[in-house]
Amino acid sequence: MTLLEFARGPALQVSLVIFVAGALWRFVGALMLPWRLIPAQPREGAPSPVMSALKGIFVKMWPHKPFEKAGMFTFVNGYIFHLGLAIVVFLFVPHILFIKGLTGLNWPGLPNSLVYTVGVVTAASLVAGLIHRLRSPVLQLISRGDDYFSWAMTFLPVVTGLLAATHIGARYETLLAAHILSICAFFIWFPFGKLMHAFLFVFSRGMTGIRMGQRGAEL
Amino acid sequence: MGTSHTLGEILENRGVSRRAFLKYASYVSALMALPPGAATAMAEGLANARRQSVIWLSFQECTGCTESLTRSFSPTLESLIFDVISLDYHHTLQAASGEAAEKAREAAMLENKGKYVVVVDGSVSTRDGGVYSTISGVSNLEMLRATVKDALAVIAVGTCAAFGGIPKARPNPTGAMAIDELVTDKPVINIPGCPPIPEAMAGVISYLVSFGKLPELDHLRRPKAFFGETIHDRCYRRPFYERGLYAEGFDDEGARQGYCLYKVGCKGPVTYNACATLKWNGGVSFPIQSGHGCIGCSEPDFWDQGGFYRPLSTSLAGLGPALAGAAVAGAALGAGAAWASRRHQQAYVKEQAATEGGEK
Repeated sequence: MTLLEFARGPALQVSLVIFVAGALWRFVGALMLPWRLIPAQPREGAPSPVMSALKGIFVKMWPHKPFEKAGMFTFVNGYIFHLGLAIVVFLFVPHILFIKGLTGLNWPGLPNSLVYTVGVVTAASLVAGLIHRLRSPVLQLISRGDDYFSWAMTFLPVVTGLLAATHIGARYETLLAAHILSICAFFIWFPFGKLMHAFLFVFSRGMTGIRMGQRGAEL
Repeated sequence: MGTSHTLGEILENRGVSRRAFLKYASYVSALMALPPGAATAMAEGLANARRQSVIWLSFQECTGCTESLTRSFSPTLESLIFDVISLDYHHTLQAASGEAAEKAREAAMLENKGKYVVVVDGSVSTRDGGVYSTISGVSNLEMLRATVKDALAVIAVGTCAAFGGIPKARPNPTGAMAIDELVTDKPVINIPGCPPIPEAMAGVISYLVSFGKLPELDHLRRPKAFFGETIHDRCYRRPFYERGLYAEGFDDEGARQGYCLYKVGCKGPVTYNACATLKWNGGVSFPIQSGHGCIGCSEPDFWDQGGFYRPLSTSLAGLGPALAGAAVAGAALGAGAAWASRRHQQAYVKEQAATEGGEK
């Protein structure tokens, strides 16, 4: 069995099984927890839970005025690599074919050369994010191993994908195998670390919005 | 024709001009990407070489490799090679049959001990003593070992000989093995393909005869001159791949426009061969040009790569039942964890209420 066969076969199978089981374990577990955690009655004039949840989700998409200057890099850079990742993952034709193979869903992709450019920008943005994290005393204090490991698990597929696309460093099939194996590592780590925020961030922001709204606090 | 005359003498007798011979040497040198001076060296080497004795063994194969070589559209080149090598044993091409044929092989081995080249097409059955493929009651394995013992080098022609090919496809009922798995004490050159490109075969034999050494090989023992680049790298449809223009089927508008065949399963990106440059039928076309994706036939285990029409980026494993099971298990675990958490929370609230009641 070649490295590529291993990557496309058992490695993908095992990692996807762990990903699906782990992600559903955390997702269902979180959603089935009691929604009303505050026994107290809502304050008079408090917005409805739905409105509070929506506010919680959308208000946090841009920094508050006092933090605009300090938080601008984090927000802008965050948008760049998140959007970049979304484009690379969901609009690169070979990736769409992979998803189609799993789910049967299909949609049009972008030209490869455009996706490669977005991939380079995404990789640069991820590196910039890491440098910012390492240089910021506050971020250093609140960063844990999970943050750095999750960063590495995200960065590796982008870099190996770019290497495979440009045929730099090794034969194409080796680079492709390395790329698929890095995605397998990403799938395995996803449910157990902070990468899970991709599924949970809407709910956690919504719940924060509901709690704050119930207490009459301004978000 | 004996092997005592040099190729130069033989060709002169046949009326082949020096100019034509130099042209041939230049062509083969260019095919193999040799440096400019190598053409002259190859011409001299070939002219002074004795006829190379070749014993061609056919094992678990379909004769497609021989068909490919004999029906080459450049007969002036390939027939030149076949005229100037002494093909002492070949099932399909030799006139003799039965015991006479086997005696011819044994005689050639004895006469050219240590100097003959063995060409093998087809894989070797090894299960149950190799009984699944025999010639004159002799198993392929036994015949290979006996013939290769005093050979100069071995050329494994076609994917069956080079990597086991279709006979080795799962579940490999005959225990088929590739030649280089069985021959470990002689130089082995693999020229895979189903069938291999005739020019690759001609080039390798010419190189071997003129320089007396093996050409540069890759990690799978394939000559780099012919297997140094992927089909995808040299494919004329590559610009469509970069532009994101794909055929979605074999009869849609994309197919008619000649778009990239990646989506319909082309394995060109991971297949090393010269089809896209040398092409077939005298340079007329190759499978991708004829509208079908590359099936990766010059790569090991190409038959077991999940299907010719499945895109390269899809998984080889059957994921449906495994993922459904994982989803059920994950959801059950999550529900169980949430239930345990709720119970713990209720117990805590009760405990708090009891404590507060006691304090009152």
